[in-house]
Amino acid sequence: MLLISCPNCGPRDETEFHYGGQAHVAYPEDPNALTDEEWGRYLFYRENPKGLFAERWVHSGGCRKWFNAVRDTATYRIAAVYRMGETQPSLATGERAAGDKISGGVK
Amino acid sequence: MADLLPEHPDFLWRNPDPKPSYDAVIVGGGGHGLATAYYLAKNHGMTNIAVLERGWLAGGNMARNTTIIRSNYLWDESAAIYEHSLKLWEELPEELEYDFLFSQRGVLNLAHTLQDVRESVRRVSANKLNGVDAEWLDVDQVKEVCPILNTSDKIRYPVLGGTFQPRAGIAKHDHVAWAFARKADELGVDLIQNCEVTGFVKDGNRVVGVQTNRGTINAGKVALCAAGHSSVLAKMAGFDLPIQSHPLQALVSELHEIVHPTVVMSNHVHVYVSQAHKGELVMGAGIDSYNGYGQRGAFHVIEEQMAAAVELFPIFARAHLLRTWGGIVDVTMDASPVVGKAPVENMYVNCGWGTGGFKGTPGAGWTMAHTIANDEPHPLNAPFALERFVTGALIDEHGAAAVAH
Repeated sequence: MLLISCPNCGPRDETEFHYGGQAHVAYPEDPNALTDEEWGRYLFYRENPKGLFAERWVHSGGCRKWFNAVRDTATYRIAAVYRMGETQPSLATGERAAGDKISGGVK
Repeated sequence: MADLLPEHPDFLWRNPDPKPSYDAVIVGGGGHGLATAYYLAKNHGMTNIAVLERGWLAGGNMARNTTIIRSNYLWDESAAIYEHSLKLWEELPEELEYDFLFSQRGVLNLAHTLQDVRESVRRVSANKLNGVDAEWLDVDQVKEVCPILNTSDKIRYPVLGGTFQPRAGIAKHDHVAWAFARKADELGVDLIQNCEVTGFVKDGNRVVGVQTNRGTINAGKVALCAAGHSSVLAKMAGFDLPIQSHPLQALVSELHEIVHPTVVMSNHVHVYVSQAHKGELVMGAGIDSYNGYGQRGAFHVIEEQMAAAVELFPIFARAHLLRTWGGIVDVTMDASPVVGKAPVENMYVNCGWGTGGFKGTPGAGWTMAHTIANDEPHPLNAPFALERFVTGALIDEHGAAAVAH
């Protein structure tokens, strides 16, 4: 189980949270101006990196506030947590945090 | 000491070094990759092909699923491809000359709410129209099929009935992979393990080869059959897939006397349970919520699934957990797979089977082989093209497919 540091409540068990997928996906400013391809990409395509990933969580069992986290999808280590509206820490999506190794040999 | 050990049993396939060039290269040596190679060789006469596997054959999701095979999907497109797959399953033990313990013991999908009942009855009707064997069972009939089920109305979500597909069942997943591997190898396919694809060689927008940790291999065509890692490979090839990779966990108990005659799935309380031939209870959970490539998930997911299992099967309350594990499942937004041409010329993609890829193994292989050989999809997989995420012609099996994904 993940231990997630809510920016408001501090470290809590994963079971208190719900997942919200990729962070920083803005609703298109003018949806009517989009082509079918662009609208399809907005609806159905999200980044799916093996490595650092900026994602949304909501602390449903606590302050009930949404926030963002940067988490490594291979090691599950959370590299940063930040509030909605704050800019993403300068960790490039898809890369590995320094010193992070994936355990488990060939996998 | 070595001379005291018994002889190694016959190897089922050669372990060749990669050749400099192939007519087609399949990336991923799981069930789908091996089935694709087998049908490419058998149905389309393409034998100068290779399957590249970065670990060992069938060591990913093919070794981690709960082996359920069924075709009782709601929508026409799904019923068609899964039913074709089931028909292939019925022929494969003889065709591959390998008894992989395919057991058509039926699959029971339970209904626990009025909404479940309505959807189940609707799905049974849809299945019948599509030539898929299906029936609606009331509680007494459910109890007849599976006597160890708790059908009392004193539990939180009493069983109100269920759908039953008698031709559904289970098979021994690693043997299925070995059966495909052996036949593909006999037909001349090179199965190359410990060969990780690290990049693709392109000429404009046409793929002409793959870069691997064992050198560059030229390829006339390249097919991706990499399940949870499909997004990573697609990114290397320069395109995106509408896929999110999630951990999915399963577990087995210690061996028990055979008490469970069928396969029981419950969408509502979310657990699926069968008993393997040796006697282990095999159970699967829902996906962990977050994106993950770690092949492991959290224990609270297991706990939830055990609670559901014990309520449905009080007889299992003292069973000991032997092993839990996780795989990485590639989930699309409509819970249906992507089988078709990639946005790169001469490249093909088979992914997005999410939590249900095992049952689709022969069907995926059959249709992928056709797509690769003809550079055109088979009518069965044409609706599963990537284009549906532009046209909006989704095959929305979320919640419709008899189990939550």
